[in-house]
Amino acid sequence: MSELPDRASVVVIGAGIVGNCVVGHLAARGWTDMVLVDKGPLPDPGGSTGHASNFIFPVDHGKELALLTIDSQRQYEEMGVQVMPGGIEVARTEERMEELRRRMASAKAWGVESRLVTPAEIKELVPFINEEILLGGFYTPSVSVVDSLQAGTIMRQRALDANALTVSTMTEVEDLEVEEGRIRAVVTDRGRIECDYVVVACGLWSPRIAAMAGATIPLIPTVHQMIDVGPIPQLEATRSEIAFPIVRDMDAGMYERQNGGDMEIGSYAHRPILHDPDDIPSIEESPLSPTQLPLTEADFDAQMEDALELMPELLDTPGAGVKHGIDGLLSYTADGAPVLGETVEVKGLWSAAAVWIKEGPGVGKMIAEWMTDGEPEIDPHGADIARFTPNQRTWHHIRARVNEGFNKTYGIVHPREQWESNRFTRCSTFHPRTEALGAVYFEAGGWERPQWYESNAHLVEEFGVEDRPHEWDARWWSPIINAEHLALRDRAGIIDLTAFSIFEVTGPGACDYLQRMVVTNVDRAVGRVMYTPMLTHNGGFRSDLTVVRLAWDRYRVITGGPDWGRDLKWFTDHLPEDGSAHIHDITSAWCTAGVWGPRARDIVQSVTDHDMSNEAFPFGAAQEVVVNGIPTVMLRMSYVGDLGWEIHAPMEHGVKLWDTLWAAGQPHGMVAAGGGVYGTTGRIEKGYRLMGAELESEYNPVEAGLAFPKVKAADFNGKAAYLKARESEPIAKMCSLTVDDHMSAAGIERFMNGGEPILTRDGQRIADAHGRPSYVTTAGAGPSVGKHILLAYLPTEHATEGNELLVEYMGEHYPVTVRSNTRNGVFDPDDTRMKA
Amino acid sequence: MTLNILVAVKRVPAPGAKIVLTEDAQRIDTKHLGFTVSPHEECAVEEAVQLVGKHGGSSTVITLGPPVAEEQLRTAISMGIDHGVLVETDEQEWDALATAAALTDAIQTLEADGDRFDLILFGNESADAGNYQVGIRVAHALDRPVVSGIKAIEPTDARATMKRAVADGFEVLDLPLPAVAAIKEGINLPRYPAMRGRLLAKKAQIRRLTPQRRDGGMRRVRLHHPPQQQAQTQMLGTGADAAPAVAALFEEVGLL
Repeated sequence: MSELPDRASVVVIGAGIVGNCVVGHLAARGWTDMVLVDKGPLPDPGGSTGHASNFIFPVDHGKELALLTIDSQRQYEEMGVQVMPGGIEVARTEERMEELRRRMASAKAWGVESRLVTPAEIKELVPFINEEILLGGFYTPSVSVVDSLQAGTIMRQRALDANALTVSTMTEVEDLEVEEGRIRAVVTDRGRIECDYVVVACGLWSPRIAAMAGATIPLIPTVHQMIDVGPIPQLEATRSEIAFPIVRDMDAGMYERQNGGDMEIGSYAHRPILHDPDDIPSIEESPLSPTQLPLTEADFDAQMEDALELMPELLDTPGAGVKHGIDGLLSYTADGAPVLGETVEVKGLWSAAAVWIKEGPGVGKMIAEWMTDGEPEIDPHGADIARFTPNQRTWHHIRARVNEGFNKTYGIVHPREQWESNRFTRCSTFHPRTEALGAVYFEAGGWERPQWYESNAHLVEEFGVEDRPHEWDARWWSPIINAEHLALRDRAGIIDLTAFSIFEVTGPGACDYLQRMVVTNVDRAVGRVMYTPMLTHNGGFRSDLTVVRLAWDRYRVITGGPDWGRDLKWFTDHLPEDGSAHIHDITSAWCTAGVWGPRARDIVQSVTDHDMSNEAFPFGAAQEVVVNGIPTVMLRMSYVGDLGWEIHAPMEHGVKLWDTLWAAGQPHGMVAAGGGVYGTTGRIEKGYRLMGAELESEYNPVEAGLAFPKVKAADFNGKAAYLKARESEPIAKMCSLTVDDHMSAAGIERFMNGGEPILTRDGQRIADAHGRPSYVTTAGAGPSVGKHILLAYLPTEHATEGNELLVEYMGEHYPVTVRSNTRNGVFDPDDTRMKA
Repeated sequence: MTLNILVAVKRVPAPGAKIVLTEDAQRIDTKHLGFTVSPHEECAVEEAVQLVGKHGGSSTVITLGPPVAEEQLRTAISMGIDHGVLVETDEQEWDALATAAALTDAIQTLEADGDRFDLILFGNESADAGNYQVGIRVAHALDRPVVSGIKAIEPTDARATMKRAVADGFEVLDLPLPAVAAIKEGINLPRYPAMRGRLLAKKAQIRRLTPQRRDGGMRRVRLHHPPQQQAQTQMLGTGADAAPAVAALFEEVGLL
């Protein structure tokens, strides 16, 4: 054991797969003087890595986790600690077969070779399976098993070989010292280490450790049960750790994986069993390890029956029995994704937690890139620890969501599926009014947003909107959305936009500061509204924003509800050190209603003396307007492509503002419209991009079609990369496509939901010169153009208007045509309505 | 001949390296622990299953304990025991005298209902208290022969030959049935509970008896856990460089 140094560049706490991979990748990027501590011994200190099943199914519907997993497999392979027995997700139900077809589309989108197999083919691959209860399977030959302990050892050794690391085991962290919001030192029972950075990679102990610094890492230790059944001569005869493909019995929520002469059976089907991170036994107190608690047998009984049904002869082999069973503890989060990045509370304190074996090396690399360069190669927005709102960081929320989400681990989760637990915690001031109108709420950034209004059901008939014939396509959707859309385009709609995140930037340096942050020139006249990308240092999208100049030294910055935490942290992190500019989060102080449509001017003009004419209040302007005695700020702009205003008012005036606008709108046939119009149908017809869907750090404004004609003189984040990107034709372009024919082989019209791969007309997968695949970033109806619209990045050679391609959906191909390769979309491309 | 065998087991916590006591030092804190029976008792269960398998007859497992001790009965049933009997107590620990008296009552009740036990098997000692008493006291109360430390049982016509391990070999004992034996770990290799067996055991009927508590003279004052020597791992080196240090250590401990 090495002596602990009293000073380090970074202290990594936790020597599981994640901590080891972090030090390995940091060393590869030139970091030295690192310390890795763990309270347990090596190579298995007793965390979740030590009892992991170590298998990797690379196909995930979500892009970020799929890319991290594929990168991790590549790293395990490079380290020589991976074998590929293949794996099959089997279906017992027709609903699951449909899900497996959807899996096929995701496999194709992310470039993983997979195929659907018949029960007979499954039997050939896994001779001891009872194929009679199966309808089919999803076979991925690259499903692998890795030695995660050995991988950790190799990664650690790389840092040791580079003379960059001191390892200290059996070392308990007792305190984290913070000074002026920055981490200063780690205090252990073997000494105090001053440091600039701390990475918390302690798996389920992470919340405890972070709390020592006053920071939160929102995850909860949750039981995943598994048993080991053996000895089984048929498995022993393979003389191999794993010779047969791993079987995921998806409908039963469990897996069967050969482990030498035994069969390991794991389950995500038992009741959710959550533990308190402060109440995990110590290593000495644990019969096996702190994360391997005694199996609570009664919870596993139903799973045993399912397993016996699937592999009756094998598991009934005379002499074979349950050799071992545990309640294995894993880290679960409220939304299922890892928690990565610098904590929002303490500078220099990083989280690398809630990570599974399948993502470990990829996350190690991501954290190292992020710490070194300020941003990782793979866009981390879905895993960024800053994504949570304060109420989402509470135990109350985490417990509720993990209790609800645990059994969805192998579930069929619809892309629009909503959570049921802990809802209506964050509501707009308009909520009583929208509720009275029969709003159906979707959650965004912890807010409740009306998605559509049941009181608008009569519009479906008025506008002749057709329902979607397939239940899956119609799930978490309503034809009322399209009807609200048409009513808005025909007359007017009022939309509750209170979920917007709003920051105020003030101070004598406000202009210079914002100039450095965003692409557009913000040194413009007071009263100017500016839409702008905000870039990473590499020139990819960090965010897109509306910036309003309210005074020479005062700006309002508006961003999406779900982007609140990440954007606020990014802005705060880049504030000038001289204190010349400040940022205030005023999200909870302001409500916002949008009124748009051809009658919007008539409606708004009727409740104010302010001149709302196009001449007095042109497009792109912001003005202070008094509405029925309420001081508001109005922004002449639109995300739905129609005439109208975003109307901002102090929260306490909200109800009166709504009532005033509502009453004024009635003679004009104004309807309440939901997020279905605002976020999908209205915006997608206009080709407007959405952060996290079309916009992410992998793509730059030139590719997204959002580059400005001129580049401002002032320097800004990502400028060099932005200038470079402008020099040549982009290798991919964001395009709007429409579906030419919806008819499936079964004679049912189908409607894509997003995430599907775009293929050439002869069915070939499409990827650009950087290997980035073409897939649907957003799919939705375009009621005013009578088409289903898909947004997707296409390699430039495919991104020509009129180009005919295919989209794969639920195992079938549908013809699509490129309609636009610019930002203008397919509806009113000249913006005549918006600028009327 | 067929055999009617009763096996007695005791539910005990399965602790880690460090045993945590409750604040009042009256018991082991079992919040994070699973429960099991002693290895001797596991072997007694296996022996009963094997003997009945070979000679025919029936096996029953009995325990004195709280309702949750059913778990240990069902585990024994999933290993092949036919019946389970729970002599139900509260959560309090019963001393050896009270336990033996209650088990004796229970056995007499069971036998009065028609089950005469040719063999009653105990573990040599419980995993927690380790009093080495209950089997002997029950045998005495039932006026049956008893032997302990048993590592082999071979029944023949109303008698049984048993082997008991001593320093240099075995004592071979011959005794008439019915008899009582305290089994020692090593008599056999207990099987793992089969998955199918577990599912069947879940549905098995457990007979419940209510004992009368007759405490003996022994009273627990408190539990005391002596401080443990903390094990410390020391790296002597890696690869060939470690050889001299290893050799030096071997010399130091007298291996070389």
